[in-house]
Amino acid sequence: MFAMTTIKNKMNYNVNEKGYYGEFGGAYIPEMLYPNVEELRQNYLKIMAEPSFKEEFNQLLKDYVGRPSPLYFAKRLSEKYNTKIYLKREDLNHTGAHKINNTIGQILMAKRLGKTRIIAETGAGQHGVATATVCALTGLECIVYMGEIDIARQAPNVARMKMLGATVVPALSGSRTLKDATNEAIRDWINNPVDTHYIIGSAIGPHPYPDMVTRFQSVISEEIKWQLKEHEGREKPDYVVACIGGGSNAAGTYYHFLHEEDVKIIAVEAAGHGIDSGESAATSVLGKEGIIHGCKTLLMQTKDGQITEPYSISAGLDYPGVGPMHAHLAKTKRAEFMSITDDDAMKAGLELCQLEGIIPAIESSHALAIFEHKKFKPNDVIVVSLSGRGDKDLNTYINYFKL
Amino acid sequence: MNRIQQKLQENKKLLSIYFTAGYPSLNDTVSIIQDLEKSGVDMIEIGLPFSDPLADGPTIQASSTQALKNGMTTEVLFNQIKNIRKSVSIPLIIMGYFNPMLQYGVEAFCKKCSEIGIDGLIIPDLPVDVYHEQYKSIFETYGLINVFLITPQTSVERINFIDSISNGFIYMVSSASVTGSQSGFGKKQTNYFKRIAEMNLNNPQIIGFGISDYKTFTQATQYAKGAIIGSAFIKYISKYGIKTIHEFTKNIKNTNN
Repeated sequence: MFAMTTIKNKMNYNVNEKGYYGEFGGAYIPEMLYPNVEELRQNYLKIMAEPSFKEEFNQLLKDYVGRPSPLYFAKRLSEKYNTKIYLKREDLNHTGAHKINNTIGQILMAKRLGKTRIIAETGAGQHGVATATVCALTGLECIVYMGEIDIARQAPNVARMKMLGATVVPALSGSRTLKDATNEAIRDWINNPVDTHYIIGSAIGPHPYPDMVTRFQSVISEEIKWQLKEHEGREKPDYVVACIGGGSNAAGTYYHFLHEEDVKIIAVEAAGHGIDSGESAATSVLGKEGIIHGCKTLLMQTKDGQITEPYSISAGLDYPGVGPMHAHLAKTKRAEFMSITDDDAMKAGLELCQLEGIIPAIESSHALAIFEHKKFKPNDVIVVSLSGRGDKDLNTYINYFKL
Repeated sequence: MNRIQQKLQENKKLLSIYFTAGYPSLNDTVSIIQDLEKSGVDMIEIGLPFSDPLADGPTIQASSTQALKNGMTTEVLFNQIKNIRKSVSIPLIIMGYFNPMLQYGVEAFCKKCSEIGIDGLIIPDLPVDVYHEQYKSIFETYGLINVFLITPQTSVERINFIDSISNGFIYMVSSASVTGSQSGFGKKQTNYFKRIAEMNLNNPQIIGFGISDYKTFTQATQYAKGAIIGSAFIKYISKYGIKTIHEFTKNIKNTNN
């Protein structure tokens, strides 16, 4: 027999002091952005630790967002798949998704940094709406960059942002979608280095953004722990499941379980028309290490290092990169990555409507679709992040199912 | 001594021109470089196009997009300019974003540059500290000068640090902006130019962003060793074609009359 060593180096899944998750992360930014990003880096943890900040943040999450969001035992869905499925109901938050957890945190951060002007990027418009909302709440100027093509296909969210007082600026460069809206927001920040804070909507961007966004979203897993204790008498589920575009809802859902090795992590990417179809957003499979929007991560790109256009029916997952924390979870195999096609996601979305009376966002439907592909034990406790509600996707559902 | 260092010792104000390789047409690269030298330009920045040029304004973005559509890649560029040193002797710098270099392999990229006779690199999204810790020795092995940027917001300590690890010139961004977004310099900018000039740094400064004509070139070089023109040059050749490069340079140097 071999002598087995029982001492195992415990892997760190959090960001290190240099802003990296393993080999991913960092701050690959032009010098023009350095003072802004450095100011944030030096202050974000300090500000987040201030009792007055915590109090204001928690109060707003409770009274304004409506937290805690319920952890709902999905009885009929569980029966169908013969396992125990809980839904973390981020769809019930004010503005309809998890995005508001982060924008509340960042707007309070911006105020403490003395910023008076807020910029954001948005794809489907959920983060744009969440940003416009907190700007209205605090009386700060709000400019949202959105790809010209997304503006055309997400008209209701554009109208919402305008009603909330935001200026929506079309991104006319490149493919005129989320990636280009992000480029335009970064250019705005370069042009306005003193008074402006950039509220990035996902767990991406230069350090400290991925960590800051993750910490603001970590309220999701913090609540799951005590809520699950009430339901099941234990804090730890067997699995946590979330969909991943940039990965902010996933980061928040995993955060308090990252170092609990008996909690398995499942990350669900959008396969679009299929991994090999050329129309996909499954970054962990199709991506290679590279640099996008200020961080080193897994990235869909040509052999020559040009960033390629992803595809997914869900605008929120239609991003060519993935947050650096998730790239690290993929590389270390801490998380199991699955990819779900448009068709499977749409079917799972409709199934949730009819079994549970909940219309999910198409992003979240990707996470729900894993039950057709992976078998769980009857006693497994699985928490799925229901990151957003499906109202914004009605047009897509109508067209897809010919309703 | 590297060609950039030699050029910086000349007793004159330097005009450096940026162009996007592969634009307007894929195979214009060599003739643009040759004509720029013949027209009296002192230094050239060859832009390696990138799909997502964060620090660039609409003009350079559009030329980059077109260049990529035309088929420009790192490999194609290296092939086009492999014999450039047979006909061109002024300093040549490749300016590009970090991801294409990372995919090519940083060491392989530097080696290739050195073989061709490229003198330096400008990589806006490779941070100073990452360069210093991970890549400096590679650049030095291949005799390449890495040029860093400073802006009006860069702190004095950071400018001194950048000066200490530079061995060519410092690229002084004229204002808080992306490329191609300025017209003319105001008091705020000239004060910043003065402030930097008075720091008496080891490395001379060359000002870029917002230089478009004789007036802004003269204004900038009153405080610095030289100036870089990018967007204005690309606009000019977009409008008048690449046969007019001599005219462009004449206009900047005001040698028409």
